[in-house]
Amino acid sequence: MAEPLLDIRGLKTWFKTDDGMVRAVDGVDLHIDRGETLGVVGESGCGKTVTARSVLKLIDMPPGRFEAGQILWQGRDLIPLSMEEMDKIRAKEIAIIFQEPMTSLNPVYTVGDQIAEVIALHQKLSRKQAIAGAAEMLRLVNIPNPQRRVHDYPHQFSGGMRQRVMIAMALSCQPKLLIADEPTTALDVTIQAQILELMQEMKERFGMAIMLITHAMGVVAETCQRVTVMYAGNVVEEASVEALFGDPRHPYTQGLIRSIPRVDRSAEKKQRLEAIAGTVPNLLEPPPGCRFAARCKFAMDVCTQAVPPLKEVGPGHYVRCVL
Amino acid sequence: MSAPVSAPTAASAADTAKPLLSVRDLRKHFAIRGGILSRVVDKVHAVDGVSFDIEAGETLGVVGESGCGKSTTGRCILRLIEPSSGEVWFQGADVMKMNHAQLQAMRRDMQIIFQDPYASLNPRLTIGAIIGEALTIHKLVNSRQALEDRVVQLLETVGLRPDHMRRFPHEFSGGQRQRIGIARALAVEPKLLICDEPVSALDVSIQAQVINLLEDLQEQFGLTYLFIAHDLSVVEHISTRIAVMYLGRVVEIAPAAELYDKPIHPYSEALLSAVPIPDPTVKRKRIMLEGDVPNPIRPPSGCHFHTRCPIARPDCSQRSPVLEEKRPGHWAACHYRD
Amino acid sequence: MAGSTPASLSASAPAAAPAARKAQRFSPWHEAWRRFRRHKMALFSAVALFLIVFGVLAGPFLWPVAINEIDFAAKLQGPSWAHPLGTDDLGQDLLARLIYGGRISIAVGVAAMVVAIFFGLLVGAIAGMSSGRVDAALMWVTDLFLSLPQLPLLLLVIYLFREPVKGVLGVEGGAFVLIVAVIGGTRWMSAARLVRAQFLSLREKEFVEAARALGASKLRQVVQHILPNALGPVIVVATIDIAAAIIAESTLSFLGLGFPSDVPTWGSVLRDAKDYLDIAPHWALFPGSLIFITVLAINFIGDGLRDALDPRRVL
Repeated sequence: MAEPLLDIRGLKTWFKTDDGMVRAVDGVDLHIDRGETLGVVGESGCGKTVTARSVLKLIDMPPGRFEAGQILWQGRDLIPLSMEEMDKIRAKEIAIIFQEPMTSLNPVYTVGDQIAEVIALHQKLSRKQAIAGAAEMLRLVNIPNPQRRVHDYPHQFSGGMRQRVMIAMALSCQPKLLIADEPTTALDVTIQAQILELMQEMKERFGMAIMLITHAMGVVAETCQRVTVMYAGNVVEEASVEALFGDPRHPYTQGLIRSIPRVDRSAEKKQRLEAIAGTVPNLLEPPPGCRFAARCKFAMDVCTQAVPPLKEVGPGHYVRCVL
Repeated sequence: MSAPVSAPTAASAADTAKPLLSVRDLRKHFAIRGGILSRVVDKVHAVDGVSFDIEAGETLGVVGESGCGKSTTGRCILRLIEPSSGEVWFQGADVMKMNHAQLQAMRRDMQIIFQDPYASLNPRLTIGAIIGEALTIHKLVNSRQALEDRVVQLLETVGLRPDHMRRFPHEFSGGQRQRIGIARALAVEPKLLICDEPVSALDVSIQAQVINLLEDLQEQFGLTYLFIAHDLSVVEHISTRIAVMYLGRVVEIAPAAELYDKPIHPYSEALLSAVPIPDPTVKRKRIMLEGDVPNPIRPPSGCHFHTRCPIARPDCSQRSPVLEEKRPGHWAACHYRD
Repeated sequence: MAGSTPASLSASAPAAAPAARKAQRFSPWHEAWRRFRRHKMALFSAVALFLIVFGVLAGPFLWPVAINEIDFAAKLQGPSWAHPLGTDDLGQDLLARLIYGGRISIAVGVAAMVVAIFFGLLVGAIAGMSSGRVDAALMWVTDLFLSLPQLPLLLLVIYLFREPVKGVLGVEGGAFVLIVAVIGGTRWMSAARLVRAQFLSLREKEFVEAARALGASKLRQVVQHILPNALGPVIVVATIDIAAAIIAESTLSFLGLGFPSDVPTWGSVLRDAKDYLDIAPHWALFPGSLIFITVLAINFIGDGLRDALDPRRVL
């Protein structure tokens, strides 16, 4: 098998707080192949965002620290790299877009300046060429009147348009991997559809891989090839999107899929939703054993003793459950 | 401007019993002030002529994207925001004409739960004080013991423990806080509960808990809901009928199943097709809407939707469509769809 | 209403326990104290301030020396066993005078703060709850006060009112009331603006909206819901106001406009010392240090409170 583009092995990113150690990411294994879209799903506090930020080393240290593990980017471990070496990888090879585009754009510069700055980071270009490049990127992400809008400021764009600007900026160095951290959560559903389609289009055009971090199962089902489900700092299940939705094996994944109302099933509606009882656990000094045990219908004594290993239950289908 | 004479009800004819709540041509314009003299320079047409009825015991879902005026509509009905014009009839009484005392009395029968489980509970009060406040205000209990008993009962009703009453909001998770907010609203035994995006801020696995709780409470106490949300799948699940809003106007009202199966308005159709389905085997044709929701300060002329509508014709920018009953119980505001 | 619990819901309750384990039975004020304790400098300052306040309150009993016992034989002496902080040009014991002066300085600081915060809360709360003209007028008055040059105003007011007030309240009492009124009356504006801003943002909060929906009167909304949540930043400002008022009193006394010249305050002792800086530096050093340490300690406490009462940590 070819070497994956990104291979995260046993990553532990912990945060030291006044109350103790928060194990935000506690032994995560995941990989992304060239050109594929991997969905990373989970609820708030499951560690999906920290995992993504760890890849680009965008974690404040302290309080954060890498406790263990490797982040292999095309075979090279990123964890020991200096900030200068990371700068060569950020944007140029791995780019990231965030949930709230307004906070990741600088309000006092035009969007053209900001995109041009990224372009100029990695290519020797005159300012004029860089601005022209920025306008070209805006055209690619379907912003009307790119020549004129390149001189506009972020507040002159709507939420959906800002996310397009962010995508244009992220793609301006043609990265091999785009990390999209809840890119459509703050957007309306019709705008979300536009942005997801745009990402799909850009992926085909540039042949990049996408790591799509989201809490929305519907978005995953429609855009990803493979899915990693995270819960409380652990990967609990990994599978192709067909296998995950067709035959979810982890009780958490099953619960997650069954707990969402389905707009396409009007006949059997009024059927009660299957809620997962309890609340998302605290990651402060978590108890030993399966993190989901406290909310799991099938929990047994062994579940509270040790974290079960990821085991293969089908081709490329892994589950962290004793069942 | 559209001013529908008739209004959409569950029953197609107007011969049935009076609805619990009737809203007629409700409008709310927020003034934008500017200059040194604070003159009104512009108006946001947040709610621009909304009419609907809610029958006792049903759940009317209101969906729409941000800025469509759905939350403002909910608050105007309770008069938490004073509407600019229009009528609201609740249990046969005109809410707009109520004086302070009548309004206070009315608010025993109509309550609201909020979206943000963090901003909706006073961080300085214990859960007991939060839930018990309405009981004190309306003098529904006459002793400390009675107050405590009632609070315990309410806590148990929403699935919390009695000892939670001595704790403070910051000790609870989002889902639990939402339960506390529901208990607070239930304290006065309301008939109508306005649910303003009650699950939007919650984690997926917690959303289902709260939705199930709301369904159970409806059955247990015979509640009527006005359920406001942007998530179509949640609204579709919980509602009897659904009103779709766009830029301050209702564009379609229909029974939930019918809206999904046979939407009339092109906006409802696009909205439905944009909802991601958590099943990779379902492949659908998606109707992609161009552009963004226009600015409600200057909404498009005629039909507000014409700038994004796939079937718009030239006169759509001239004439405002009126909400009319295209099929029994199924109302839509479109010139070219039947 | 029946009290039965739908079976499927009860499961959530036990699982809640671990999440809330750490924070159990802590009110928001307990939480604030927990955070304040972590601020080492603020904690140290609180201890220092406590010692100073305790010192000036209990001082006269521990060090029963008259403040106006003139002894020319012992004038301008440095620290000694008989006079731990030395003496002034009349041979008066500096320790006794500074203990007495500290009472006045700190009392002025606290009283002026109370005046400033009272008016600040009143103006800010009224402006914040009303909108439109009342709000605009009150903020206009606030801006007006802010743009007045403070020191010349203080001088003017004291010149104008010193004699009439003295006639009513006596020499010392009159000076105290006048100084407190003048300092407090020119320092309420920042509190007013802060309170107004807090009110404006809090009254839009959903929990206040919920109270309104439940039928809470305006007074109840303010007292029960808005004010307690606005108090954190006000306490911080109040703390810093004490320090500023102590400085203002020292300034006035230094200029000879404070208390009568025979009443020692930290500022007036400093003023008397200024002509003898070369031969008796200790005379200026001790009152100066006391003002410095007290003000610094209060400001550090203010910093600690700012972190401890940060509304983002609670709301």
